[in-house]
Amino acid sequence: MKTQPSKNNHDQRILMGNEAMGRGLVEAGVTLAASYPGTPASEILLAVVATAKETGAAIHAEWSVNEKVAFETALANSYTGRRAAVAMKQVGLNVASDPFMRSAYLGVKGGLIVISADDPGPHSSQTEQDSRFFAMFAKVPVLDPSSPREAKEMVRQAFELSELYELPVMLRPTTRVCHARQNITCETPQVLERPAHFEKNVRRWCATPQFLRELHRELNGKIDGIAAELEFYPAFTPGDGSHPGTCLIASGVAFAHTWDLLEELGLLGQIDFYQVTMPYPLNRDFVKEVNRIYQKILVIEETYPVIELQLANGRVQGRRSGAVPNQGELTPEVIRPILEKYLDLPIKPAAAGPQGDATRPTLCAGCAHRAALYAIRETFPEGIFPGDIGCYTLGMNLGAVDTCHCMGAGLSQAAGFYHAFAASGDGDKIPTIVASIGDSTFFHAGIPALINAVFHGARIILVILDNATTAMTGHQPTPQVGLTAAGAPGHPVLIPELVRACGVGFLRECDPYEVLEFSAVLKDADQYCRSEGGGPAVVIAKHACMLDREARQSQTVYDMCITDCVSCLQCLENFECPALTLDEATDKVVIDGVRCVGCGVCVHACEAGAIEARAKE
Amino acid sequence: MKQQIIVSGLGGQGALTVTRLLAEAAATLGLEVITSETHGMAQRGGTVISMVKVGPFRGPLIPAGAADVGLFLHEKNLGVHRGYLGPDARVFVNSAAPGDYLRVDARKLAEEMGAPVAANLILLGFAAAKDGLFCGVELLERLIEEKLAPRFRDTNLQALRRGVAAATE
Repeated sequence: MKTQPSKNNHDQRILMGNEAMGRGLVEAGVTLAASYPGTPASEILLAVVATAKETGAAIHAEWSVNEKVAFETALANSYTGRRAAVAMKQVGLNVASDPFMRSAYLGVKGGLIVISADDPGPHSSQTEQDSRFFAMFAKVPVLDPSSPREAKEMVRQAFELSELYELPVMLRPTTRVCHARQNITCETPQVLERPAHFEKNVRRWCATPQFLRELHRELNGKIDGIAAELEFYPAFTPGDGSHPGTCLIASGVAFAHTWDLLEELGLLGQIDFYQVTMPYPLNRDFVKEVNRIYQKILVIEETYPVIELQLANGRVQGRRSGAVPNQGELTPEVIRPILEKYLDLPIKPAAAGPQGDATRPTLCAGCAHRAALYAIRETFPEGIFPGDIGCYTLGMNLGAVDTCHCMGAGLSQAAGFYHAFAASGDGDKIPTIVASIGDSTFFHAGIPALINAVFHGARIILVILDNATTAMTGHQPTPQVGLTAAGAPGHPVLIPELVRACGVGFLRECDPYEVLEFSAVLKDADQYCRSEGGGPAVVIAKHACMLDREARQSQTVYDMCITDCVSCLQCLENFECPALTLDEATDKVVIDGVRCVGCGVCVHACEAGAIEARAKE
Repeated sequence: MKQQIIVSGLGGQGALTVTRLLAEAAATLGLEVITSETHGMAQRGGTVISMVKVGPFRGPLIPAGAADVGLFLHEKNLGVHRGYLGPDARVFVNSAAPGDYLRVDARKLAEEMGAPVAANLILLGFAAAKDGLFCGVELLERLIEEKLAPRFRDTNLQALRRGVAAATE
């Protein structure tokens, strides 16, 4: 959606949480922002780019190749005294954990904000881990916004705190903050006149173990100082005395849900209610006061008991007492009965949230991943198929993805499967192992795994699904595309050259729309793997994403028709194109003319030969 | 003024466009607004739901049983998201089949217009014309002109008006 250019300092706009944080970074004078896309954090960097363009702010914004690289790039920018930010989803922080942990000890110069977006639920992630716990583990302060508006305001606070203590500061939004939209005031970006200056100090920036104990002592002192900062004393909404000795403590979006529920129950302003804006380090005076004043304490936070553990009070009701479920998102439906029980209210029968029968996601009509994954499964019915993270994980619906773990894992898992079968049986019985990985994921974490597979002689097939974009998260360009986050030309890095440089002895490129040819290439690859001196074989399945309009419009479009459907429904089961639907009246498969893009691939999915692709006249 | 609206559909049907228009409408009227939406994997054709809360709310989610208005872009989703509707909720469904809701066959009308993806705005126009929403048709027309991509402006306006016309047919 287009927004109007800023005309004054108090311009109200509807912003998504991610847009609010991106905007907030530019308003606060960030000079470098780096990110790797991942739901729910993907739109933050786009907003940095858009705001910089709109306001003329000079910023280096980049889609880094992965989160570790993004973190280290932003970190060095901070060493020069300039403000920097790095944004990622929570599992991205796992990838960046190595530089993140040490950055607490060594500290920063210019403010450094680490945005790690959590996904309680989870909605679109491998775990529902709590980044606030990670911050506590690293001894890095963390702010926990309850709304997009608050998230934007916290960006400013985080920069100030970061510079005051020379520490990175984490901002931890959750999916419901990232993807909420709210009316928010936009301001003119501040320009900080800070030319890059790097003051060498090997005891700090290059600290060897002999200096680290002292740095750790300094870090502990900083955390003690931050835990006494009044600005982060939890915000208090006092009760009216009708619930003596009782309080509610909440943070993040769970605070906002609780607020709305208390209002609905007519209890807002009756019970002492605290919002924790900085869950770690929890304000020390707050801990003392709460433990002194209240006999009944309920903590509502997502997703792990970070506040609860720091209260260190056995009476606290929360996740450890069983009052709050230990997994899953804290939606209003989950929080309501917790409040009713805690406050001895009559239990209202629970209204039903979403019921079964939801439609599962599927690859788009015409998606080349479907063609490639279908061919893999058909060519090797007995194969093992380690998969990876991206749209193509949906290949599990097609029986062509057997595992999905974390970015880049499919390739290493394929090697692990190979070594397991190779060492435990006779050579002929080793199944064909085909790992699939997207182009962006290959850049992110696939390359070291490929080098390892080559070096250790893993006889596996790797199919790189190259659709020339990072599709799942909203079409961020990959290094091969040669466009930067700002849309400027970059120096393209080509996947085939990388594959060859890793020492792979078999490399073929093929458009998976040509299903028979693609299948023949896979068979050649299998033969190479099993040949004397064979090793990993790489097949690049090259076809642009169907959501790229230009690419779609430039490909041949067929008129698809089905005649004499035999109602075997194999195409629905094995191919699962959303444009193939069952006409329940006739029990025959029909083509949905609205969804069909005329790719013609489904012709191969009908054994009876009932699907026909006719060239458009 | 308080109104809680759910927009339920399948990924790709344009639930987000409807959500954004409603949020812009609230802000234009000087009302507080907060919304939530579905991103990620589910956008690939899976069941999605957006929520729009107009008024002094803090959280972006509508509790089950509390929605004042339901906009269903796909009738199949009634079975999934009906639980969010309050007892007096007004329910508008893109459907050819009658039921305990106000319906418009937005899919058919959109196809007749040659713009099958515009069913979302037909349903929105229909609901607005039936006085189901906190905002009126004129405001939505203005926001389509000002806030949506110019490339689709005429189609979107036409679709909204087709929905408005259907409300009086």
